[in-house]
Amino acid sequence: MEKVDYNQLKSISTEIRKNIIKSVHAAGSGHPGGSLSAADILTVLYFYKMKVDPKNPKWEERDRFVLSKGHAAPVLYATLAEKGFFSKEELLKLRHMGAMLQGHPDMKGTPGIEMSTGSLGQGFSSTIGMALASKMDKKNNRIYTLLGDGEVQEGIVWEAAMAASHYKLDNLTAILDFNGLQIDGKNEDVMNIHPIEEKWASFGWHVVAINGHNFEEIIKALDEAENTKEKPTIIIAKTIKGKGVSFMENQAGWHGNAPKDEEAQQALDELGGAN
Amino acid sequence: MSQKIATREAYGDALKELGQVNENVVVLDADLSKSTKTAVFQKEFPERFFNMGIAEQNLMGTAAGFATSGKIPFASTFAMFATGRAFEIIRNSICYPKLNVKVCATHAGITVGEDGASHQALEDLACMRAIPNMTVINPADAVSAKKAVFAMADFNGPVYARFGRAAVPTIYDEDMKFEIGKGIQVKEGKDVSIIATGIMVSLALEASKILKSEGIDSRVIDIHTIKPIDKDLIIKAAKETGAIVTAEEHNIIGGLGSAVAEVLVENHPVSMKRVGTMDTFGESGKPNDLMKKYGLTGENIVKAVKEVLNQK
Repeated sequence: MEKVDYNQLKSISTEIRKNIIKSVHAAGSGHPGGSLSAADILTVLYFYKMKVDPKNPKWEERDRFVLSKGHAAPVLYATLAEKGFFSKEELLKLRHMGAMLQGHPDMKGTPGIEMSTGSLGQGFSSTIGMALASKMDKKNNRIYTLLGDGEVQEGIVWEAAMAASHYKLDNLTAILDFNGLQIDGKNEDVMNIHPIEEKWASFGWHVVAINGHNFEEIIKALDEAENTKEKPTIIIAKTIKGKGVSFMENQAGWHGNAPKDEEAQQALDELGGAN
Repeated sequence: MSQKIATREAYGDALKELGQVNENVVVLDADLSKSTKTAVFQKEFPERFFNMGIAEQNLMGTAAGFATSGKIPFASTFAMFATGRAFEIIRNSICYPKLNVKVCATHAGITVGEDGASHQALEDLACMRAIPNMTVINPADAVSAKKAVFAMADFNGPVYARFGRAAVPTIYDEDMKFEIGKGIQVKEGKDVSIIATGIMVSLALEASKILKSEGIDSRVIDIHTIKPIDKDLIIKAAKETGAIVTAEEHNIIGGLGSAVAEVLVENHPVSMKRVGTMDTFGESGKPNDLMKKYGLTGENIVKAVKEVLNQK
């Protein structure tokens, strides 16, 4: 791989974070916390790792990304707009009636969206079919999916996890956005998901644990996943919910709340970068 | 009427033939391949068959993923688990994005028999019919079941198809035409119309014979596509015969009877009766005994016909 420009990745992820704040603020509702926690991961996927063509979203050989934690749509929309799949103007129409960008990803109407998601666990399940189809067709592309930590409480996640290792889907990489919080509070208080690494390992997955805000670690883990054969890989990415905005960080209350005018302004000021 | 064959048998045979002419067809099952008859396809095309284990939600989600990759997945399990357990995956991952998945469920209805109420789906048509973008098919016999499989493979979009466990009379000749959304007038008649679906079509024909012996001339219509329903054929029957009886191996709530009533009420109301299970669960027993106990018989259709004729 070519030399990584970490400064560039940093400025892209900052831009994505700002657009998360702007779009959720414009929508008046949405999920900023779990979007901000995943911004660095999506930055690396779309601006370092994945082969995609914004001019030809249905390119046959493309890598595919499914946002299984569909409520984090703002981070995916901001990333796709940054990559050039559609105009950034669309971001400010998020969740508006008649607009392209739905509250949760809609593959029918939005370029770059690989699967309609939002009901937890279902996006991940669809990647099993995508990975099997790629293997059938002897394609070299890779399938990526991002799950939330609360999402793994869904039974379908474990049905799909079992199938992925049964069929040796080494072209599939799952990333767990492990920010530790869900709507009603901490994972361990709502429904304990630990020991999470051992759970995935026992289901036959190669497990890599990283800091989900460290570009170098994200890149290394994605490369390791690509080089792991005969089994799927899950990257358990420890993240901070609301990362980058002081008053949102580690607050379950910012799971599904839009910032008010002054809060949005403060968030944008804190994030800095070019305006 | 010739030999008796279960529609699930026809499904398995059709899949095998379809696999030979369409390499995009993949088949998924949830540990019931010998019962659903997808094993017939598996034997011929093991590389295009995927057993997903006893995990119906992931069965449907995986099928959705295949469809986004240009494949034509046929996902099979019992009707109960396909439309009950996996309902929301069918709604959100298949129908909402309008993916080309064929949910082909077997062991629908009370003719599941001995396994009892937990396995007798009597609300599947209602559930599937209520989802936007979904096409719902319920073939009457082995010949139409086989043609339905080819028709749905040619059709781009989500389909729910219902096949039965029990052997049923074959009513169609091999040259019958199966067109999605087009009902079939199986028998002409002017006094009353019996509109049936699935295995109740042969019982409607049986009822029609009994009625004929009593001087009543009944029309028999096979509505193999519950959605989109053939409004024109139903309205025509209402106008020309003035009375309608529906017959289905399904709860009278939400299935064929409801769909026909919706068409009639908004277009041409006439006297109508619904034959089906009366908002009740089934139980264990031999299929034929259960059909009698739950009123799914030619005699019960005859009784309903006489009631609507009295109201005419």
